[in-house]
Amino acid sequence: MSATQLAQTYFEAIEKKDGEIGAYLTLTKKLALEQAKFVDEKIARGEEIGLLEGIPGAIKDMICVEGVRATAGSKILDNYIAPYDATVIKKLKENGAVILGKANQDEFAMGSSTETSAYQITRNPVDPSRVPGGSSGGSAAAVAADEAVWSLGTDTGGSIRQPASFCGVVGLKPTYGRVSRYGAIAMASSLDQIGPFTKTVEDAAIVLSVIAGQDLKDATSAQSGDKKFEDYLTGDIAGKVIGVPKEYVENLEGEILEIFEKSVEKFKALGARIETISLPHTQYALAIYYIIMTSEVSSNLAKFDGIKFGMRADDLNDSGATESGTAKNLLETYLDTRKIGFGDEVKRRIMLGTYALSAGYYDAYYLKAQKVRALIRKDFQQAYEKVDFIYCPTCPEVAFKFGEKTSDPLQMYLSDIFTISVNLAGLPAISFPIGFCEIEEKKLPVGGQLIGEWFDEEGILNAAHTFEISEK
Amino acid sequence: MLTKEEILHIATLARIGVSEKDIEKYQHDLSEILDYFKKLDQVDVRGVEPIGHITGMQNTFRTDANVDFGDLGKAAILKNVPERKDEYVKVKSVL
Repeated sequence: MSATQLAQTYFEAIEKKDGEIGAYLTLTKKLALEQAKFVDEKIARGEEIGLLEGIPGAIKDMICVEGVRATAGSKILDNYIAPYDATVIKKLKENGAVILGKANQDEFAMGSSTETSAYQITRNPVDPSRVPGGSSGGSAAAVAADEAVWSLGTDTGGSIRQPASFCGVVGLKPTYGRVSRYGAIAMASSLDQIGPFTKTVEDAAIVLSVIAGQDLKDATSAQSGDKKFEDYLTGDIAGKVIGVPKEYVENLEGEILEIFEKSVEKFKALGARIETISLPHTQYALAIYYIIMTSEVSSNLAKFDGIKFGMRADDLNDSGATESGTAKNLLETYLDTRKIGFGDEVKRRIMLGTYALSAGYYDAYYLKAQKVRALIRKDFQQAYEKVDFIYCPTCPEVAFKFGEKTSDPLQMYLSDIFTISVNLAGLPAISFPIGFCEIEEKKLPVGGQLIGEWFDEEGILNAAHTFEISEK
Repeated sequence: MLTKEEILHIATLARIGVSEKDIEKYQHDLSEILDYFKKLDQVDVRGVEPIGHITGMQNTFRTDANVDFGDLGKAAILKNVPERKDEYVKVKSVL
């Protein structure tokens, strides 16, 4: 099969299934077929091609592709055409990967179900009555529904791992700094990281090898030394020590606990040693995450003002802030544009972050949170003196139904409880399928999460790979 | 519970227009989450240095060079501007 035929096969699958699933916001057929043709010509000339060349994937709408609409799931960017490629896109293009389109997401990645997208819901391919998770729900669903071989998402508090868990695919959040964030629309800059979704751990390693590396356009990105992560998949974890944090598993119950315990036994059978560890500051993670994240959100989203790009509130149709029939002044333009352009969850977080950073509260909230964040990092540093990896379920639950949590923000936030500490500490972590819960005659996937030491993606990829191949 | 005045003050700082109904909703939602943050009062952080950057990287530098996006790049950027005059971004009068 040629690269062109492969791309066309995927567009046919999208046409057939995406009406129901809703994984894509924009298709980039012209770009994809041009890219595929280029690869086919290379093959025809007898040139060697790389592992990702001609392989079609989807990109979360948060990440800029030159000349393609990038909404980040928000009305405020409804008409925004990205004028440049994100660094990850530049690297994917240079390596011949084919881009099928842009995937749906929670608005500005704020959500755990993809229900806050201003455009559409995305259905979980495993059970269409349930959410795909979020915020990278479109990217996860595209891979799970075979509407893409791989996809990119972003993960600020679990937005790659949680949807991977809900949809039964592999999702990798790299170490903070492993992948350049240049060209990814920023949510919370000290937490955001781009990573892949795939069907297998090996595929995730292959995509990571292409997108990783230092980039002078992202001063926080680190040297990767052209590492080929797929070369580290030995399938052997004998003698490795895996820590299970007691704070994560003590409240687990029911089928998820059973599936998790079974997977722990499996790791033992594969030669790993299991140790119970303690991460004593876990109970504070959610609170400091919501202070740091909302503070950074309020700052990052200040640029959407209706002046430089994106949508602007109509000058004469006002929302009560102006005298009817007169053109808005500058402040009124800001107020109305942001009132109309942003959805409820985005506004709630901007408000919260603005409060936390406002005069008189900075020390009590943001500064305090940064100090507790240091304690969370210390918890992990101490754990890694004794263990190679940390292991727990990705989520305390399986995919939930639409509307189940939209009315209670705190309840929705609790869905991220096992994933957020990883972002606060900047660690790499992978979610991979470890079993199924049978609910209403549907087999709903459960994900396991391996958390590695800083810049030890190869370690967790190999451990997850070893688990995965032993399942077959 | 945050007062209406406090919500209005935050909304103005955040440049988000709010209706009466919005204000009541934010009073409830924000107060609930701020209550949850009280949990942090229990943590002893004496002597702990705050962290902003997690992997501890030091300053990285690149040449402060002008990158010319060319006419095409300029057009691509200007295409996204809501209101412009010729090749300029038009801003509402400030005074």
